[in-house]
Amino acid sequence: MNIRPSDTITAATAAKPAPRFGIGNYLVCLKGILIREGLRFVNQRERFISSLVRPLLWLFIFAAGFRQVLGVSIIPPYKTYVLYEVYITPGLCGMILLFSGMQSSLSMVYDREMGNMRTLLVSPFPRWFLLVSKLLAGVAVSLAQVYVFLAVAWFWNVKAPPYGYLMVLPALFLAGLMLGALGLLLSSVIKQLENFAGVMNFVIFPMYFASSALYPLWRVQEASPLLYKICLANPFTYAVELIRFAFYGKIEWTSLAVVVAFTAIFLAGAILAYDPSRGLMTRKQDTGGNG
Amino acid sequence: MQHVDSRKDAGAIPALDVSHVSHSYGRKRALNDVSFSIAPGTFAVLLGLNGAGKTTLFSLISHLYDTRHGSIRIFGYDISRAPGEALRRLGIVFQARTLDLDLSVYQNLSYHASLHGIGSTEARRRIDEVLAAVDMSGRLHDKARSLSGGQMRRIEIARALLHRPPLLLLDEATVGLDVKSRAGILADIRRLVATEGISAFWATHLIDEVDPSDHVVVLADGNLVADARVAEVIRLTGTMSIGEAFSRLSAAAAESVP
Repeated sequence: MNIRPSDTITAATAAKPAPRFGIGNYLVCLKGILIREGLRFVNQRERFISSLVRPLLWLFIFAAGFRQVLGVSIIPPYKTYVLYEVYITPGLCGMILLFSGMQSSLSMVYDREMGNMRTLLVSPFPRWFLLVSKLLAGVAVSLAQVYVFLAVAWFWNVKAPPYGYLMVLPALFLAGLMLGALGLLLSSVIKQLENFAGVMNFVIFPMYFASSALYPLWRVQEASPLLYKICLANPFTYAVELIRFAFYGKIEWTSLAVVVAFTAIFLAGAILAYDPSRGLMTRKQDTGGNG
Repeated sequence: MQHVDSRKDAGAIPALDVSHVSHSYGRKRALNDVSFSIAPGTFAVLLGLNGAGKTTLFSLISHLYDTRHGSIRIFGYDISRAPGEALRRLGIVFQARTLDLDLSVYQNLSYHASLHGIGSTEARRRIDEVLAAVDMSGRLHDKARSLSGGQMRRIEIARALLHRPPLLLLDEATVGLDVKSRAGILADIRRLVATEGISAFWATHLIDEVDPSDHVVVLADGNLVADARVAEVIRLTGTMSIGEAFSRLSAAAAESVP
């Protein structure tokens, strides 16, 4: 058996400083994490189908049913009356990103319970870089889901201006980063997979329903001033508005600022939580061994 | 508490140096002022009953947990101060299975290579080498899910060797395997130590995995109770075998727990 082309190891050779990682090494690491996330997604077809079915059900059934009930007045960025299906499409894109971010969080909890997470965390690259790579990989997967959804919606005659499909990409990316970072942060505090149901009830649903995804905020304000305030405090509202305006080639600056700020907060929290010297991981006993 | 220590100077740079390490989970003390070192090119066994603190110690060595009390050095590199340098010298086989079952053997190994910054061409070459080393060359494109427990372990060992670390950490690597697979994996690691100069730190609670020539480190209830060659441990405990010595040391530690 020989796994080394060179001589056997001596203490002196082992202790010699290894060449520093260059940008190329970092890119190799990022690429590896992206490919792995992509392969996992492709291998889990049910995950792909369910991620697509959920927003399509909303678009085909909910929106069709509520079209008459929930008429939408002319509000920016729209210049004319739009179908309710058109109104909720940015919200449904946000929904895909939200569920995908939480799915990615779920997979991190699963990975931690199953042990896979450790192979990532014992990499010699800095922990923050590994987490950001993992986040970017999750966002890349969710962007692919959003575009497949938009393609199906296009055939259903729910269309944005052609340039909008390109213009919306940075907005989707930023919103995906924010929601993915939130998922990352949640995964660091969720101890077991069973606790994930709580995330559905206490994070995903409130974030989605208490936002401008399904109805414009002026309508919410008319119905309940308190709910309106909650919607305004919900970062998901700003993610949806950022996407909505981007579809028409416009930047909603307040939304952009809020999304960037919350991305930074969530990501910093996640990096801190996964930092072995400061984070929560050290304080709770792992499930990986009994020794 | 009986404590056996006949450590000799292991040279200027130990493969692993654990110095006054303690760790707690809340109020529960998992490791209590543990110190020992492992000389380069040796096969050392970490013996301890379930709950003795082996996995906690491995989590500290692999930087999954931060070392808050004491220090851990891998070939001179402090795991807290220079985690990158230390982790580049460390290959780890975790107790829990860590292969991604939905991916192929190649995809699992390739992912690990990328986590060590190894490009695809070099990675492919090394994957062939390490799979040959663990006698799994024919399974490159098989899904991890289709492998037996023993084969998965071999792939995990191949993965741990992929970035050519001088120190291997194996946490109960044979747990759940049949006798033949256990013996085969243990023999492979011993051969690597003998032929490649790798140092191996093998955690187990199975006495039959200990060889008379091994350096043993015994943990009991989070305390280090022995750190010496097998023969020394037997002599100093006044027993006839390492099994008997291990039982006596563990029992003595249990009695001393308030």
